[in-house]
Amino acid sequence: MISIDNITMTYNKGTVTALKSISLTINTGELFGLIGPDGAGKSSLFRILTTLLLADKGTANINGHDVVKDYRRIRNTVGYMPGRFSLYQDLTVEENLEFFATIFGTTIRENYDLIKDIYIQIEPFKNRRAGALSGGMKQKLALCCALIHKPEVLFLDEPTTGVDVVSRKEFWEMLKRLKAQGITILVSTPYMDEANLCDRIALIQKGEILSIDTPAQVIASFPVPLYAIISSNPFSLLRDARSYEWIDSCFAFGDSLHATFKKGGETGFISFMESKGHQDIQMNRFEPSIEDCFIRLLKN
Amino acid sequence: MEAVITTEKLTKRFGHFTAASELTFEVYRGEIFGFLGANGAGKTTAMRMLCGLLKPTSGKANIAGYDIYTQTDKIKNKIGYMSQKFSLYDNLTVSENIRFYGGIYGMNVPEIKAKTSELLKDLNLESEAKTLVSELPLGWKQKLAFSVSVVHNPDIVFLDEPTGGVDPVARRQFWDLIYYASEKGVTVFVTTHYMDEAEYCNRVSIMVDGVIAALDSPANLKKQYAHDSMEDVFYDLARKAKRKDD
Amino acid sequence: MISPERQNEKTTNMKQLYVFIRKEFLQVFRDRKTLLMLFGLPIAQIVLFGFALSNEIKNSKIVIADYSKDAVTQQLISKIGASRYFNIEENLVNAAQIDAAFKKGTIKLAVIFPAGFGEELIHTNKATMQVIADASDPNVATATTNYISQIVNDFNNHSAVAAGQPLQIVPQIRMLYNPELRGAPNFVPGVMALVLMLVCTMMTSVAIVKEKELGTMEILLVSPFKPIYIIISKLTPYLIISVLNLFIILILSDVFLDLPVRGSVLLLTFSSILFIITCLSIGLLLSINAKTQQAAMAASMMGMMLPTMLLTGFLFPIENMPLVMQGLSNLVPSRWYFIIIKKVMLKGLGFSAVWKESLILMGMCVFLFTMSLRKFKIRLQ
Repeated sequence: MISIDNITMTYNKGTVTALKSISLTINTGELFGLIGPDGAGKSSLFRILTTLLLADKGTANINGHDVVKDYRRIRNTVGYMPGRFSLYQDLTVEENLEFFATIFGTTIRENYDLIKDIYIQIEPFKNRRAGALSGGMKQKLALCCALIHKPEVLFLDEPTTGVDVVSRKEFWEMLKRLKAQGITILVSTPYMDEANLCDRIALIQKGEILSIDTPAQVIASFPVPLYAIISSNPFSLLRDARSYEWIDSCFAFGDSLHATFKKGGETGFISFMESKGHQDIQMNRFEPSIEDCFIRLLKN
Repeated sequence: MEAVITTEKLTKRFGHFTAASELTFEVYRGEIFGFLGANGAGKTTAMRMLCGLLKPTSGKANIAGYDIYTQTDKIKNKIGYMSQKFSLYDNLTVSENIRFYGGIYGMNVPEIKAKTSELLKDLNLESEAKTLVSELPLGWKQKLAFSVSVVHNPDIVFLDEPTGGVDPVARRQFWDLIYYASEKGVTVFVTTHYMDEAEYCNRVSIMVDGVIAALDSPANLKKQYAHDSMEDVFYDLARKAKRKDD
Repeated sequence: MISPERQNEKTTNMKQLYVFIRKEFLQVFRDRKTLLMLFGLPIAQIVLFGFALSNEIKNSKIVIADYSKDAVTQQLISKIGASRYFNIEENLVNAAQIDAAFKKGTIKLAVIFPAGFGEELIHTNKATMQVIADASDPNVATATTNYISQIVNDFNNHSAVAAGQPLQIVPQIRMLYNPELRGAPNFVPGVMALVLMLVCTMMTSVAIVKEKELGTMEILLVSPFKPIYIIISKLTPYLIISVLNLFIILILSDVFLDLPVRGSVLLLTFSSILFIITCLSIGLLLSINAKTQQAAMAASMMGMMLPTMLLTGFLFPIENMPLVMQGLSNLVPSRWYFIIIKKVMLKGLGFSAVWKESLILMGMCVFLFTMSLRKFKIRLQ
């Protein structure tokens, strides 16, 4: 279990606040997602939890060990994959894995079944230098290196950034299988759609937590009805929709607009838009996505 | 509709490796054209050729009416470019950056002055004119970078993954800027990893293993591949890629 | 005639050029570190080379043995003593003491007036005096012997005015340790100190910072691998390589420069290892605050190489520097190492001659090593 209690972190002699009194609890065996854009404070939080940074205020515990006082203990039992795939570019895939296994006092053989599913995909390239691998392959290798010692907790800081869509999907499949083995996993990502794959998520922006819950609950707690509006020309629709007196918020979402209205405003909407010259407008109740929720929370 | 980009069998080879193969397509004036593809599919190579940064191995192309082999400097005057790293100078102020790029694109002083006040007003950055770019939040830097890339009213602007890592609201504000530019007749050629942004484009092309595997409007592509979202269309095509390990 | 289109193009090019140059200036003036280098460095160099460092050999410590003790020798001695080039260290009596003084390295020159010097001068108008110089630094030896000759000539000419006939006092010059006045005996030890320092300090600091830059340091820290082992594994390759380098230099200087090690190779190796560990520690210290490999390199250059080159004593004699700089040079480890190598390699001396320098070097080594271990960051901030 990871418990974070009022953690505050500033940089540059207090002029930049990265984390503002964050409190959070992550249960053992959970796949927990920290969702937020660049600069939200995700990496700072990770570094505090992996004992690499000292927070200005607050405490944090990993399985009962304090991140400041028991840092040695924690460093022996967690797996960490920092923001940029930190591998030794000049060593081969196999050499990298052996190196990290030895550093952690184990061998590849000992915990092979843990990484087998992942390693099989990169095994054909085991003699290739890590620097010559594609983004997706590097990611898989980095994950293996972080797992090789069977950690109790796994910290993955933006593991899917900069990696292609196919590899991203495969990566999350791997995480689900790892979770089944009882490892607590804390993942950070800027991709809102990946939030749905976690047990629970925390939405974070500018050092503050906007919401903590299961993805389903976050969606369920969207306070007002959400409508999806489809037309043949979303952009000009957007401009006019924002000028509607009873509109509360309106954003582009792919091929449609997502809008919320002030009380009762939805009834007069279509006629308003038709008066502006738009035709063939369809408007339907729509279940919000995590991104809708994030945008709404940002507004407040 | 006037075509501002036309290519015919545009190819780039690096030794034995063919990064981009026989690309043939057209982009029309004022279009928002999405250029998608997985990492290693050949997107960056193709875009560099179109910007005049890389000489093709074979094939023909015309950008804004100029030939890609013989008139690259004329091309550079007619296009704008914004890379993911934001091409702004961190230790210069907002107005210094605008002034710099204006000058680089050959604008004279009164033109630059007028454009600067216009830009600052449009972006709501008037109070930050003398702020160093390094002190601006990410979303503002991004919007400024885009405005700077079109400061000289180019025919085409190339955007290389401009919205990486930015929060959802700022992303959409950025796309507002793209729409405004497109309305004014600027053709926008954009690459992105966000599939919902693919839906904002008039037409989209998807590169796989160095070739264009699909090119059409998002609506047509979804119909063709029987999917509800561009993400699923993309996933279908990208999954078959052989080039996953380079 | 230039076409209007071409003219337009030219003006545009000029505009672009102007704007770009302006931007470069703005960037340079906003970057404090670059400014420091651009303006600070030339000023520092002028001050250093103009005032502090010079090739003029002044205040050399010399020893005079006067077996004659007559009026002429007294006059000559006071003339020598009055010169700004010399500080008379002692007035010794016998050859063994002179030899010991040279071995100690405290004197650069010895002047010996044989018995009956004055008598011979009166009877024959001629006399010889012995001048022995420590030629392990040939420049110093040449300069000091030249000064003595000048003083003697001057004395000769002045006495002519008084007596009507010029005296002929002839200094017999002998160069110790390096009779051919080759440069190698001086610069080889200097190069050794410089090379070892460079490899150990610069390469070590760059290697550690590289790990930080790549991000692999983060993973190493969050692992059971104790930080002390990280340090040892970073330092060990350079320790071994430096010892190898040492032997290569010694072999090369024996074979090609005819400069064998006259003293104990074991002692030399031991002192070198002390020096190497000292430099490795400095490299470690420099790496702690550097964020990029470039910064580490620049810090090594400015922080170590420059002082080593200027204050070790092989390019510029330390005795000539202002007292402040002499004090500073005491803090530079290579200064002490340089003395040890010269004594062991050139003069063939043993531990008894270098114990003081070895102790100082050992003290520096222990201090710097423990400090660098303490300051090594086990966290990222």
